Amino acid sequence: MTSAISVSGLVKTFGQTRALDGLDLSVDTGEVHGFLGPNGSGKSTTIRVLLGLLRADAGDVSLLGGHPWRDAVTLHRRLAYVPGDVNLWPNLTGGEAIDLFGALRGGLDKRRRAELIERFQLDPSKKARTYSKGNRQKVAVVAAFASDVELYILDEPTSGLDPLMEAVFQECVREVKHEGRTVLLSSHIFSEVEALCDRVSIIRQGKTVEAGTLTELRHLTRTSISVETTHPINGLHEQSGVHDAQVDGNRAKFDVDSHELDHVLRYLTRFEVRTLTSAPPSLEELFMRHYGDELQEATV
Amino acid sequence: MGAFTGTGRLVRLAIRRDRLQLPLWIAGTSVFVPIVVASVRDRYPTEADRIEILRSAVESPALLLFRMAPTGASEAAMIMFSFLTYVALFAGLMSTLAVVRHTRQNEETGRSEMVGATVVGRHAGLTAALVVAAGANLVLGGLIALLLVGYGQPAAGSIGAGAGIAAAGIVFAGAAAIAAQITQTSRAANGIAAAVVGVAFLVRGLGDVLGEVRPDGYTMVSAWPTWLSPIGWVTEMRQYEGDRWWVLVLPVVTFAASVAVAFALTTRRDVGMGMVPARRGPARATAGLLSPLGLAWRLQRGTLLGWGVAMVAYGATVGSLTKTVEDALEENQGTADTIGKLAGGDSSNLLDTYYAAMMAFYGAMAAAYVVQALMRPRSEEAGGPAEAVLATGTGRLTWLASHIAVAVVGAAVLLAASGAATGLVADLSGSDTGGQVGELTGAALVQLPAALILAGFAVAVFGVLPRLAVGLAWAAFAVSLIVGQLGELLGLPQAVRDISPFTHVPAVPAASATAGPLVALTAIALALGAAGLALFRRRDLVI
Repeated sequence: MTSAISVSGLVKTFGQTRALDGLDLSVDTGEVHGFLGPNGSGKSTTIRVLLGLLRADAGDVSLLGGHPWRDAVTLHRRLAYVPGDVNLWPNLTGGEAIDLFGALRGGLDKRRRAELIERFQLDPSKKARTYSKGNRQKVAVVAAFASDVELYILDEPTSGLDPLMEAVFQECVREVKHEGRTVLLSSHIFSEVEALCDRVSIIRQGKTVEAGTLTELRHLTRTSISVETTHPINGLHEQSGVHDAQVDGNRAKFDVDSHELDHVLRYLTRFEVRTLTSAPPSLEELFMRHYGDELQEATV
Repeated sequence: MGAFTGTGRLVRLAIRRDRLQLPLWIAGTSVFVPIVVASVRDRYPTEADRIEILRSAVESPALLLFRMAPTGASEAAMIMFSFLTYVALFAGLMSTLAVVRHTRQNEETGRSEMVGATVVGRHAGLTAALVVAAGANLVLGGLIALLLVGYGQPAAGSIGAGAGIAAAGIVFAGAAAIAAQITQTSRAANGIAAAVVGVAFLVRGLGDVLGEVRPDGYTMVSAWPTWLSPIGWVTEMRQYEGDRWWVLVLPVVTFAASVAVAFALTTRRDVGMGMVPARRGPARATAGLLSPLGLAWRLQRGTLLGWGVAMVAYGATVGSLTKTVEDALEENQGTADTIGKLAGGDSSNLLDTYYAAMMAFYGAMAAAYVVQALMRPRSEEAGGPAEAVLATGTGRLTWLASHIAVAVVGAAVLLAASGAATGLVADLSGSDTGGQVGELTGAALVQLPAALILAGFAVAVFGVLPRLAVGLAWAAFAVSLIVGQLGELLGLPQAVRDISPFTHVPAVPAASATAGPLVALTAIALALGAAGLALFRRRDLVI
């Protein structure tokens, strides 16, 4: 499989601040790739490097087989970008802005434009200064999806969209994925990423801390188990891979490291399992596991 | 909990934000005092010297337009003649920028929405802006008065000068307060307020040009237009020569009235909105918009149109005065040599000298336009959509060059239009010379290379120091203007005056247009612009 985006060891500093500190990112052609990280972790900086708006200090970056800084203009004809904070020209209408971005990008599908405006319920004849945040966001999303490009770079594209529009957005992403196009989706909305993404990369303080399919990531983390047995449970605390166990006679609730699951279940069968429910970790839990210590540090 | 709750806090916030900006304005404006005092003492040490020069000045419309109607021949009065109107002009611009910065700009960026949701009264924002602007003017006026007293000038007149300047600045703060209610963008509010200051300067100049010379032959009584202008009120106080304190009533009453109007407007509109509601626009873009050049033109055409109206109107005014100038010169050929020396150029044709002085002013206006236009790429980059545009197939060079093209062609059109307007109105108003349209259009265009130098500088700083670009570009403009246009007046040495591009522009039509300096200026401008483009290509986009 070819790679649409390939970044390794990316470093970008702003004065004393090291915004990106050896970041790695690999996005395959045709996949929807989730890009997760808390505020200030370097997502937007990475995207700006990919767009050739910032110059990398070190590391290898390749975008659609080209160099994002050197080949910026030729690459930009093959991609569409939705910024997280859409700034438009106050005295241009939304429709004019859509046409303009389309033209600057090298063309726009008129039928698709009309269809998207309809689906996103956007009024294109209003001046941008009268748009709410959500409506400005729609202008950028419509302009992006109306373009015939190979790669969509979306930086928190749904911030400000209502749940109905969020659903329309998800449809659009599925459609372009179905057509074999690639999407890099930076987002804070876990349900959106879980619903859309084939693989995710989680970054923290300018470094990639986790990357892979959701299944792979889940494997690295814990499953929550709640179990009821015929005989009272004992010795569960001592089993390797068991965390936060609460045992009450013949009932127990605990988390278990996914790779220890098999051996813990075998242990439980000694007490004759009557009911068992297991919950795979949500993406949110995955994420919180990486940042939980940060939260704790902050609250201490 | 009233409409003014929280004003104190907002005043402190505004002072904190302006802790560098306002002190620089105040210091930069007060520095005129030592320079002018030194220049007057050096060049006109005796009363006889001063009477001689003033006798010529009252016959020179160009001098009267830019300075003021002379009030006396004392050293102090000569100092007033040399700088009072300029200082009032600077005080006015300082005030309008400050008021708009703390009112409309806050609304435009949404800051006042957050502030307004806290325990802050409806009128607190505007009040705080006016308090800060008034305070800055009082500090400026006080500093100027102290400096003048420090140089041994009579206390009463010095206080009168300080009070008059502060009052003028405060009147313009009131005008800016109204402008900030009318428009939706701070750009438009600043434009309207600055136009009010500029018109006030020119109306005062008109009144002084049309004034009557007193029997002593070197002082004047201004005509009625001077009394319409807040800058005229400063000069009409006649500091050191009668000290008419009652004139201060005019700015005080005007300020009170304009503040009342501004507050009344505030209560009649919603936060973030102007008096003029936004209209709907086309749902589809026209083909003309769909290119980097089309976009740059669309974003810049409003600015160009505003400057165009102002410069054509001013050019027409200058043209309409031609007959008056001719008549005045016929009456008194004796002062010819002195005026010639004062205004630059040879003394053979004084009408041409008058035109040459006006052309220099057109050049300064075109330079101001081109600097303003070239700050647009920076505002697009800092808070605007440049990021999204540059993420499309538009290259950086194309994007920046489009803005430069609009700005440079715009400056040329402005110069040609104002020169043509001058010639046309001069011909129509029965000037003895006649057929001057072509000649004056060419004379105005001679100013273009100097404006291009400032354009090149603006592009260069944008390329290398984007965060400081706006300040540096305007500073370069101010220095060029002060050193080049006022260098003679301030008695600056030639080496210093040579820094300014305006110094090197031939005084056409008084002098003949020589290719050498114009080619050199254009070459330097091109080099600066090319450097700016190359540097912009290599740097990070800076929000």
